[in-house]
Amino acid sequence: MHSNNLWVIFLSFFIALVFSIVSLPDALPVELGYLRPQWVALVLIYWVIALPFRVGIVVAWVAGIALDVLLGSLLGQHALALIIVAYVASSLYQRLRMFAIWQQSGIVFAIVGLNQLANFWIESISGVAEWNMWYLLSSVVSALVWPWVFLVLRYSRRLFAVS
Amino acid sequence: MLALSVLSLVLLALDHYSTRLDSTRSVIGVLVTPVVVIADYPSRAVMGLQENFASRAAMREQIAQMAQEQLLLRAKTEKMASLTAENNRLRNLLGSAAKLQDNVLVAELIGVDPDPERHEVIIDKGSYSGVYIGQPLLDAEGLMGQVIEVGVYTSRVLLITDESHGVPVQVNRNNLRLIAQGTGAKGLLELVHVPDTADIKEGDLLVSSGLGDRFPAGYPVGVVNRVVHDPGEPFAVVTAVPSAFLARSRHVLLVFS
Repeated sequence: MHSNNLWVIFLSFFIALVFSIVSLPDALPVELGYLRPQWVALVLIYWVIALPFRVGIVVAWVAGIALDVLLGSLLGQHALALIIVAYVASSLYQRLRMFAIWQQSGIVFAIVGLNQLANFWIESISGVAEWNMWYLLSSVVSALVWPWVFLVLRYSRRLFAVS
Repeated sequence: MLALSVLSLVLLALDHYSTRLDSTRSVIGVLVTPVVVIADYPSRAVMGLQENFASRAAMREQIAQMAQEQLLLRAKTEKMASLTAENNRLRNLLGSAAKLQDNVLVAELIGVDPDPERHEVIIDKGSYSGVYIGQPLLDAEGLMGQVIEVGVYTSRVLLITDESHGVPVQVNRNNLRLIAQGTGAKGLLELVHVPDTADIKEGDLLVSSGLGDRFPAGYPVGVVNRVVHDPGEPFAVVTAVPSAFLARSRHVLLVFS
């Protein structure tokens, strides 16, 4: 029984969490913070498409709880948003595999947009959150970053024969 | 899917309306501490590199400058012991309670909230070092904020510039008492409900008034940078620049009171 190197999945989520909270250098304007890609959502979408029977709703929920604790948001907020992402991605995985990478970017934009929307809804119910265009920009940047995330993770998956 | 959604909604409701989940949060916080430490590493490494590559002449100059600054500060504090004693004697005469020296703990900033709307930072001291919720935080220049969440080894601090935070202050010049509210992304403080006739002008130093028992009295909070008297508005619009370096400080102090 050869090992299936699941640590690669764990490591990719760990790195995505680190990227989510790394602070920008002081020299850059603070507004750049709005342009951060949703790393955890992107990594989640990749693994759900590639290994739908390994990575699913439960992994999404755990990653969401970790993200909630790291960002100081209400416990369950990102968890709920990410299980919606995992659910949508797992419903579409067969079709998504067929698309070219740039077409996938379009769908990723919609899915990450859904993630942003879910987060915004929960934040606005529990506190003060005004909609501004910056929220949408994060989905655009995430969609633009998707091809690189896809290629890096696919290379790692093949290299280590993750299954 | 349904079960986890319902669980998430339950957690959300519990976290929003009660403090029952705080201990769970700090336990999970200990588990994700490696993420915070690694995320802090790049800025630390850059600073370390800058220190390593500084020239010997620059280091010597810095040492000389710090020695001179220390000498001046020492001279100023020499008198402090006798001034504090005199202050307490006078207060005694007036029947007021004596002022105690504040106990402080040095901490380091290891993370900044990535959301530009929220002004929160993470420090590397937690309940293990006696940190408690509501504890005030300062840096070398002034008041920074208060602790809102305590983990075992790390804590989360809300800065005074966050929109949801207000500091009771008084103007150093004439003891006028006001509240300085944070304004979010702009990084300024706004003084709320300032009457048009109030004696306040640009350049006034604001210090904490100690009212509300959250922040100890006498620490600098900010300097007024703009006073606008609009006849159509019921209150004057006064903004202030915070004294502390806030998210740019590395070393901070926790005050035990």
